[in-house]
Amino acid sequence: MQSINLTLEVWRQKSRNEPGRFVTYQTGPVSSDLSFLEMLDIVNEQLILADDEPIVFDHDCREGICGMCGAVVNGHAHGPEAATTLCQLHLRHFKDGDTIVIEPFRARAFPLIKDLVVDRSAFDNIIAAGGYISVNTGSAPEANSIPIPMPTAEQALDAAECIGCGACVAACPNAAAMLFTGARISHLALLPQGHPERTLRARAMLNKMDSEGFGNCRNERDCELACPKSISIRNIARFNREVIRALIRADD
Amino acid sequence: MPLDPKIPKGPLATKWDTHRFHCRLVSPANRRKYEIIVVGAGLAGASASATLAELGYRVKTFCLQDSPRRAHSIAAQGGINAAKNYRNDGDSIHRLFYDTIKGGDFRAREANVYRLAQISNQIIDHCVAQGVPFAREYGGLLANRSFGGAQVSRTFYARGQTGQQLLLGAYGALMRQVNTGSVTIMPRREMMDLVVIDGRARGIITRNLITGEFETHAAHAVVLATGGYGNIYCLSTNAMASNASAIWRAYKRGAALANPSFVQIHPTCIPVHGEAQSKLTLMSESLRNDGRVWVPRKPGDSRPPSEIPTEDRDYFLETQYPAFGNLVPRDVASRNAKQQCDAGKGVGDTGRAVYLDFHDPILRQGQEAVERKYGNLFQMYEKITGQDPRRTPMMIYPAVHYTMGGLWVDYNLMTTTPGLYALGEANFSDHGANRLGASALMQGLADGYFIVPITIGDELAQADLPEISTDSPEFNAAVAASTSRQEQLLGIKGNRTVLDFHRQLGHLLWENCGMAKNAADLQNALAMIPELRDEFHRNLKVPGTGQDLNQQLERAGRVADFLEFAEVMVRDALTREESCGCHFRSEYQTDDHEALRNDRDFNHVSVWHFNGEGVEPTLEKEPLLYDSVEPSQRSYK
Repeated sequence: MQSINLTLEVWRQKSRNEPGRFVTYQTGPVSSDLSFLEMLDIVNEQLILADDEPIVFDHDCREGICGMCGAVVNGHAHGPEAATTLCQLHLRHFKDGDTIVIEPFRARAFPLIKDLVVDRSAFDNIIAAGGYISVNTGSAPEANSIPIPMPTAEQALDAAECIGCGACVAACPNAAAMLFTGARISHLALLPQGHPERTLRARAMLNKMDSEGFGNCRNERDCELACPKSISIRNIARFNREVIRALIRADD
Repeated sequence: MPLDPKIPKGPLATKWDTHRFHCRLVSPANRRKYEIIVVGAGLAGASASATLAELGYRVKTFCLQDSPRRAHSIAAQGGINAAKNYRNDGDSIHRLFYDTIKGGDFRAREANVYRLAQISNQIIDHCVAQGVPFAREYGGLLANRSFGGAQVSRTFYARGQTGQQLLLGAYGALMRQVNTGSVTIMPRREMMDLVVIDGRARGIITRNLITGEFETHAAHAVVLATGGYGNIYCLSTNAMASNASAIWRAYKRGAALANPSFVQIHPTCIPVHGEAQSKLTLMSESLRNDGRVWVPRKPGDSRPPSEIPTEDRDYFLETQYPAFGNLVPRDVASRNAKQQCDAGKGVGDTGRAVYLDFHDPILRQGQEAVERKYGNLFQMYEKITGQDPRRTPMMIYPAVHYTMGGLWVDYNLMTTTPGLYALGEANFSDHGANRLGASALMQGLADGYFIVPITIGDELAQADLPEISTDSPEFNAAVAASTSRQEQLLGIKGNRTVLDFHRQLGHLLWENCGMAKNAADLQNALAMIPELRDEFHRNLKVPGTGQDLNQQLERAGRVADFLEFAEVMVRDALTREESCGCHFRSEYQTDDHEALRNDRDFNHVSVWHFNGEGVEPTLEKEPLLYDSVEPSQRSYK
């Protein structure tokens, strides 16, 4: 463990209707074993005691799985470390004296709420449009009645690891949600249980994605780089194939 | 009126079936006339919401986070149990039932646990049909692994993120019902109070966390699936926002609390690094399938682990419990780790850690096989600690993880307040004094998918439910009470932050009501908690206002409730003068330091009733009757 001092440039904005700005804070000496959010906790404690308003940021599980946290740190969604959520980023990756710029995920489809908090309900709307297998409780067949080859199940799980954090959108120059939507589409399209609805699903989720105000994919691959779960852009390719397939099969 | 657990008559194996036949039904056409509130969108809340909506009820689902997909069920790693017996290793419904009730040290209800074991198989079927990508064998069939407290392989898993995959399954089912218009999701809402009219739960008050507005919601039934209260210790494996406020508000409106002192301390967590630590991270119990737990044989041995030869290592679980080895239940593993550290054999900077070593399994099975099972857990450990567990042993230490206690419920999962249900970790029902690994996911989904959708209909079909208005005196009074609590917190303008108080409360409870308790410490805690609570209400500093997103205010409300909850928790620990499962009173132990139960005096559920502010709660006892199992001294040797 070592002690480091950091300078923070944090985006502060009271609400969508008021202009925001960067405000500079000094952390004072902090342990390099801390997580990034624990460092923000310390800064907030100092702000409260100084009668200032603490920085508002979303977070919950703090173990990289709930997808609640996220901010753009030094230009990178979730910070500079690969395959890492903001809550799992640790200060040992920064040096004494570093200046860190922290701002919210910016995208038209993610309106700002306050400081670093944005509204990501557009993601829920995309899932509601068709990101599931329609099976009522009680109607399922015996679990082992449909064997699924291990590699297929593993690929489905690779896609299903998406935590819905929105980093892919924040990193994309077009603020596209192709990686998020493609991951869910792929997960379900790979499994035999997902096949009956794949045509409807691809169409419905694509349309919803567009109507929520997300941009289009230009194969920049920034999403894949920013993704804390390393979701592959192969899922975007599979999404595109599912859409093309849906266009050809106009009847089901 | 004495508590009636409403356990159906007849043989254990047919109770649930018989009960379902006797349950009255609401006709499909009438179901849409009923509105049901579900608070919480984890496994229990999401599965209940989806299933109730599929049946035709109108459902409103509330969650704290921005999306129902983020509930803390998502962090469950290891797996979900079911009695499929796919491995042909002697498993059965009866064995899962027996292991669960024995793992809980014979402090759970037989009938509930048996039903849980019966439903376990349907859960797996349903989740597979939803597209949950469970691990599979090369032949394409489902894979299993072992978990603590069992000698069969019955745990289904999806790498180290089973909770995530099951929750995304339930979330998908929920969003499908949102799409049909049967469920309305109310995200970023916190339940501030329960509204009870004519003795029935008829609604809730929520705070919109973005605008700060108090909102009123009326319904015909209220389901609480709000999780556990482990965050009362400040440091736990729970998510930051996990809290006891919903069940505490329900308690203060008349619902009884059961076994509040039954808190599980999980043996395999990443040790505390320092004062600023905000939460503890669990390393899945599944790691104990292959990982070997050890400490240096000699106290104070400061050599790095690679330089300590085998003869100088003490694989203490394997030597003390040869039959179960590293897979003893959580309470046993945690206590043994504490004992080793207390004896000066702990490792790491703080001496509060033991090793969990993968050197032998990697040699035996190869790096790739071990990586496939635990790869993401290894990565997570490396991210947090900066050390690679493939090269050097992990360091682990016990941490607060799960609360077996919660709202008292009958066999129908209804609390002592008619029309109010509690599911998942929020109730007390199935895990007795210690929960076995991979059983929480099973219970949450059993409650939500398969139990409450049936039992709630039975109750609605016979209840007298006059039309109510959210402008009634009861709603207005509840809004006024919530408003004044909030204003009080904002008005203190003292000198200490809520985090500061929360840490102090957590420390107080960890030291006096933690892994090993005794009467003197508990008495001490009972004296200190009111003092701390008084100081909190005199000296708290909450910045900002109640009119917008104010995370400090949210936490202040939760900590205010924890400061009250702590007292009944400690009182419960003090009155249970025995040791059982997680509840270890140093005064009551066997010669080899195992929990010593007292079945003559304490074979009951401790049920606490609220009697008003500043008045001691009443303790009522629900006796536990065992017809099918003989409670015995638990042995894992």
